[in-house]
Amino acid sequence: MSDLRFLDIAIFLPLAGALLIAFLPRSNANLARWAALIVTLATFAVSIGVLVDFEASLGGFQLGSEAVWIKDWGISYITGVDGISLWMVMLTTFLMPLGVLASWSIGERPKAYFALLLALETGMLGVFSSLDLFLFYLFWEVTLVPMYFLIGMWGYGRRIYAAMKFFLFTLVGSLLMLVAIMFMYFATEPNSFSLTDMLATELSSGTQRWLFLGFFASFAVKVPLVPFHTWLPDAHTEAPTAGSVMLAGVLLKMGAYGLLRFAIPLFPDAARYFVPLIIALATIGIVYGAVVAIVQKDLKRLIAYSSVAHLGFVVLGMFVGTVQGMSGGILQMVSHGLSTGALFMLVGMLYERRHTRQIADFGGLGKTIPIFSGIFLFVVLSSIGLPGLNGFVGEFLVLLGTFLNYRWWVVPAAFGVVLAAIYLLWAYQRVFQGPVTDEANARIADVNSREVAMLAPLLVLIVAIGVYPKPFLDRINPAACRVVIQLDPDADCSRIEGVVAPRAHEEDE
Amino acid sequence: MDLSASLIPGPDYMGLTATIILWPLGTALFLLLFGKRLSTFKVGGREIPWAGVIAVLTLLRSFVAAVAMFVDIVGVELAEGAVGHGGANVENARTFTVHMFDWMQVGGFAVGADFLIDQLSVVLALVVTGVGTLIALYSIGYMHHDPRFHRYFAYLSLFASAMLMLIFGDNLLVTFVGWEGVGLCSYLLIGFWFERPAAATAAKKAFIVNRIGDFSFLLGMFLLVAAVGSLKIEDINAAASGGQISGGIATIAALLLFGGAVGKSAQIPLYVWLPDAMEGPTPASALIHAATMVTAGVYMVARMGPVFLASEGDLALTVVAWVGALTALWAALIACTEYDIKRVLAYSTVSQLGYMFLANGLGAFSGGIFHLITHAFFKALMFMGAGSVMHALANETDMRKMGGLRKVMPITGATFLLGWLAISGIVPFAGFWSKDAILAAAWEQGEYALWGIGLFTALLTAYYMSRLYLRVFEGPLKHDPDVHPHESPWTMWVPLAVLGGLSVVGGAINLPWDLRLEHFLTPVLGEFEVPHGATAWILAGVALCVAVSGIALARFLFLTQRGAELRARLVTGSWLDKLLTASRNKFKVDEVYEATIQRPGHRFAMFSAYKVDAKGIDGVVNGAGALVAWLSDGVRRLQSGYVRNYAALFLLGVVVLLSALILRVGPLG
Repeated sequence: MSDLRFLDIAIFLPLAGALLIAFLPRSNANLARWAALIVTLATFAVSIGVLVDFEASLGGFQLGSEAVWIKDWGISYITGVDGISLWMVMLTTFLMPLGVLASWSIGERPKAYFALLLALETGMLGVFSSLDLFLFYLFWEVTLVPMYFLIGMWGYGRRIYAAMKFFLFTLVGSLLMLVAIMFMYFATEPNSFSLTDMLATELSSGTQRWLFLGFFASFAVKVPLVPFHTWLPDAHTEAPTAGSVMLAGVLLKMGAYGLLRFAIPLFPDAARYFVPLIIALATIGIVYGAVVAIVQKDLKRLIAYSSVAHLGFVVLGMFVGTVQGMSGGILQMVSHGLSTGALFMLVGMLYERRHTRQIADFGGLGKTIPIFSGIFLFVVLSSIGLPGLNGFVGEFLVLLGTFLNYRWWVVPAAFGVVLAAIYLLWAYQRVFQGPVTDEANARIADVNSREVAMLAPLLVLIVAIGVYPKPFLDRINPAACRVVIQLDPDADCSRIEGVVAPRAHEEDE
Repeated sequence: MDLSASLIPGPDYMGLTATIILWPLGTALFLLLFGKRLSTFKVGGREIPWAGVIAVLTLLRSFVAAVAMFVDIVGVELAEGAVGHGGANVENARTFTVHMFDWMQVGGFAVGADFLIDQLSVVLALVVTGVGTLIALYSIGYMHHDPRFHRYFAYLSLFASAMLMLIFGDNLLVTFVGWEGVGLCSYLLIGFWFERPAAATAAKKAFIVNRIGDFSFLLGMFLLVAAVGSLKIEDINAAASGGQISGGIATIAALLLFGGAVGKSAQIPLYVWLPDAMEGPTPASALIHAATMVTAGVYMVARMGPVFLASEGDLALTVVAWVGALTALWAALIACTEYDIKRVLAYSTVSQLGYMFLANGLGAFSGGIFHLITHAFFKALMFMGAGSVMHALANETDMRKMGGLRKVMPITGATFLLGWLAISGIVPFAGFWSKDAILAAAWEQGEYALWGIGLFTALLTAYYMSRLYLRVFEGPLKHDPDVHPHESPWTMWVPLAVLGGLSVVGGAINLPWDLRLEHFLTPVLGEFEVPHGATAWILAGVALCVAVSGIALARFLFLTQRGAELRARLVTGSWLDKLLTASRNKFKVDEVYEATIQRPGHRFAMFSAYKVDAKGIDGVVNGAGALVAWLSDGVRRLQSGYVRNYAALFLLGVVVLLSALILRVGPLG
C-alpha cells in the first residue's frame, strides 16, 4: 500500500473542482467545461491508483483512512474499499468524464451545471467509500441535491415535476433510513456511527426487522424495486443526458450497494427473513419492467424501464444466498452502468440532432447514420445479454446462482432475457430500420470525433468484461462471499482467496 | 494406450484452433472497421472487391487448418488401429482440449475459454469451413452490386467464427457463445436489407424465436450445473453415462437442451422463423439457413447424446424422434404448395432437419450427422442454384414465372439437377444413403410408425423438389420478356459445380458396406444398429421406389398435358382441395401464434404500462405528491430565481461541513 491516500483524494478532488469552477469568471463557459473535464479525468487517474494498490487477496476493507471527527457524538471519518465498493468507485470515476463530454453543449449556466456535476461525484464516491454511517448518510443526502437541480434546471419537458418526484421519493426513503441509523447509534455501546462498531451490536430479530425495513425503504426506492420505481422513468426521461447517465450508471447502484453493505450485514436475521419478499419483488421487477418497456413511446422511458428490469437481476442475485448470484449481481451493476450509460448517451446524441426522443419520429436511420446505428446495435446487444459482451456474464451468474437455491424463481427471471430482446430489438427496428419516412431523418449527421471519443471507452469495456471478466470477478468474489455467508452460512465460497473460514460444500467438486 | 499420444507428436492444436476460430473473427472486425475503404481489382474484365477476396481467403485458411487437424486425428487413429471395420476403439476417443484462458470463476463454478478437438468437431469444422469458403466465393459474384458489400462479408466471417466456436466448445457455455453468436449473425444477415420492413421484421422474429429456445437451453445448463457441478461436456456426458444423474433429472435436462435445439434448428413449434428468414441474401441463406447454423441443434443433441440416453424410459429420445418426424412431415406438406422458390427450399430444410432429429431420437447420432453433411452439400447447392436463378431473373422468386431455364443456364440447371436427385433419394446420390440410413435405423428398432412417416415424407420430398425443378428448369420459358436470363459468372458457378460433385459422391463417406464416417465418429457418438442382409436391401429398394414415384407424380402433373388437365379439374371443396388450401396457408400457424401470444401479450403490456403503472402506482404517488405540494407550496417556489439561492446555500453547507471536518480532524493524511 502506498502512502498517498488515493481514495480520499479521489473523493474530495471533484468537490475542490466544484469550488474552483464556482470562482471562475462567468463570461467564459469554455473554461468551466475544460475545468470539469480535467478534474474528472484527474479523479479517474487517482482512482486508478486505488485500483492498482488494491490487493485482491486481502479481503476486507483497505486503502482508506480513519480519523475521529466529532468525538463526543461518536462520529468518525472512516473510508475504505473492498472488492465491491472498489468497482463502484471505478464505475463512478470512469463515467464522470464521459458525462462531462456528453454535456459539452450545455449552454445555460454552464458554471453552475458543471459545479453541481462535480459535487455529485464527490457525493457518490463518498457513498461508496464511507464506513461510518453518519458519513454515509451525509454523502447519501449530498447526492440528492445536485441531481435535483440538474433535473429541475437543465432537464426537459416536465422537469420540475420529475425533479420534485425524484426528491420526494428519495427523501421519504432517506428519512426512514435516518431513523433506523439513529436507533442503531443509540443501541451501539458506546454510541457510535462506525460500521464496525454497529456490526458488533447484537439486536433481537424483531428489532432487526424494523431497522432492516427502515434501510430497505431508502434503498428500495433508489434501486428501484417495483412498486417504488415510478420516480425513475420521469427522472431519467427529463434529466439532461449526463444526469440520466449518472442516475442509471451510478445512483441506482447506491441502492443495491446499500443493501449489501449495510442492510444485510447489520441485520442478517432480518435479511434472511425478508429474502422471499425481496426475491419476489426483484423477479416481478425483471418481468414487469421489461413488459412495460415494450410499449414505451419515448426512447429514454424505454431505457428507464429496462433499468428497472436489469436492477431486478442485480437484487435477485444479491438475495438468493449463493456466491454466484452475489458476484453476478455486483458485476451486473458495473455492466448495467456501462451499457445503460452508453444507451443514454446515444439517445442524447439523437436528441441533439432531432430534438425528439419519440420512437415514432424516427425510422430508417441505419441508412442515414450507419456508424451511429452500428454502435447503437452493439450496445443494445450488450444490454440484452449477448454472450461475449458484458451483460451476459452478470446475468448468467445471477440466474445460475438463483437456480442453485430457488429452482422455480429462475423461470420468470430467465424469461426476462427473452423480453429484453423483444423491447430493445423492436425499438431498434422502428428507429433504425425500414425506410426513411421523415425528411428530417435523412439529413442528420453521423457520429463526430468527440462522440466517438466518448463511446469508445465504453465499447472497449463492454467487450473486455464480456470476454475476460476474471480481473473483476477475482476482486469481487472475496467481498461477495463475506456478504453472502450472512444470508447462507453454507454458501459455496470454495476456491476464493481472502475469505475467513470458508465453509465450502465439497460435493460440487 | 495413453503412450500413443506421446509417441505421435500432435500438431500445435492451440495454434490450429486459434487459426480456425480467430482468423474469421479478425477478418470480420477488419472489414467492419476498414472494409469500406477497400478497393476492387479486375480479373477478366470483372471487378472483384478486395473485401470478398479477404473473406474467402480467411475461410480457406480455416479450412486448411481444419484439414490439418483432421489428418492428424486420422493419423493418430491409424497408428492406434482404431479405424477399421467394426474395429473402432471406444476407449480411445482422441480428444484434445485447448485451454485459452479462464473465463468465469465464482466459488466452485468455473468455466474456461476451452475448445474440444475430437472426431466430431473436426468433421463439422471441415463442413463449415469448406462449404463456407465455397459460399463466400459465390457471394462475391452474387453480392457485387451491393453498396454494403464489405459489411456482408464481415457478417459472413463473423458467422463462421461463431459457428466454429459453437462446434469446438469444450463446455456448454462456450458453445452457447457461438450459439447466440450465430443467432446474431443470422439476425444481421436476414435483416441485411433492413430498409425493407419485411426483412427487418423477419430478422427480429428470428432473433426472438431463437431466444425462446435459448431460454430453455439456459435452464438446461443451470440444471446440469446443479446436477454435475460443471458445464464441461466431457464431465456431463461421463456423469450421464455413469449413472450419476438420475433418470428424471436427465430427462428434464435433455428436454431443456432440446428446447434450444428446437429454436435453432427450426423444429415444431418454433420453426416459423426460418421461412421468413428468406428475406436475407440468398447465399447467406445457403450457409446459415441450410448448411450450417440450423444444424447446430442436431449437432448439440448428438454431442450431448449420453444425457439423452440417460433419460428415464427413453422419454427424451422419444420426444426428439417424434418432434423430428412430425416436423419433417409438416414442413414437407407446406413445401408441396409453396410457389416462392426460396421458401420451398426453406420448408424443405425444416423437413430435412426433422430427419436429422429423427435419427438423433433413434439414438443413431452418427446417422444424423451423416445426413447433416450430405444435406449441407445438396441444400447449399440448391440454395445457390436458386440464387443463380434469381440473379438471372432480376430477383424473381415466384416459380410460376419461371420455366425452361436449363436451356439458358446450363450449369445452374445441371448442378441443380444433381441436388434435386440427391435430396429426392435417388441412388447413388448422396441423399439416398444418408436418408436410407435413418429410415433403416427406424425399422431396425421396430419404430414402424416413425419409419412410415419418414417414408411418406420421402415421397413428398421427391414430389415437391421435382415440382420445383421441373417448373423452373424444364418445360417452356415463362419469364418476363424484359429480363434476359444468362448463366452466372465463374465465381458463382464454380461453387455450384463443386457442391454438385459432392452431392453425387458425398454418400461414399458412409456406404452401408463401408461405414467410414460412422466408425470414425463411434468414439464420440457410439454405435447404432442397422438392418443387415435382405432386410437392408428391401428397405433401400422401397425407399428408392417411393422416391421414383414422387418424381413420376410431379413429372406427370407438371410436364404432361393430362397432368395439367387433371390439376385444372381439381374440384373445389374436395378433401384434396381443402388440404392444398390449408397447406398454401401454411396451416395458419403464424396467425395462431399472433392471436394467442403476440396480440394478448401486447395488450398485457399496454395494460401494465398505461393502466397499472401510469394510473395505478403513479396515481397513488401523484396523489401523495399533490398533497405534499399543497402543504408546502414548494412547487411554485421552485422558479429559476430561487434556484441560485438553493445552490449557494447548498455549497455553503458543504463548505461548512468540510471546514468542520478539517478543523476537527486536521488535514487529510
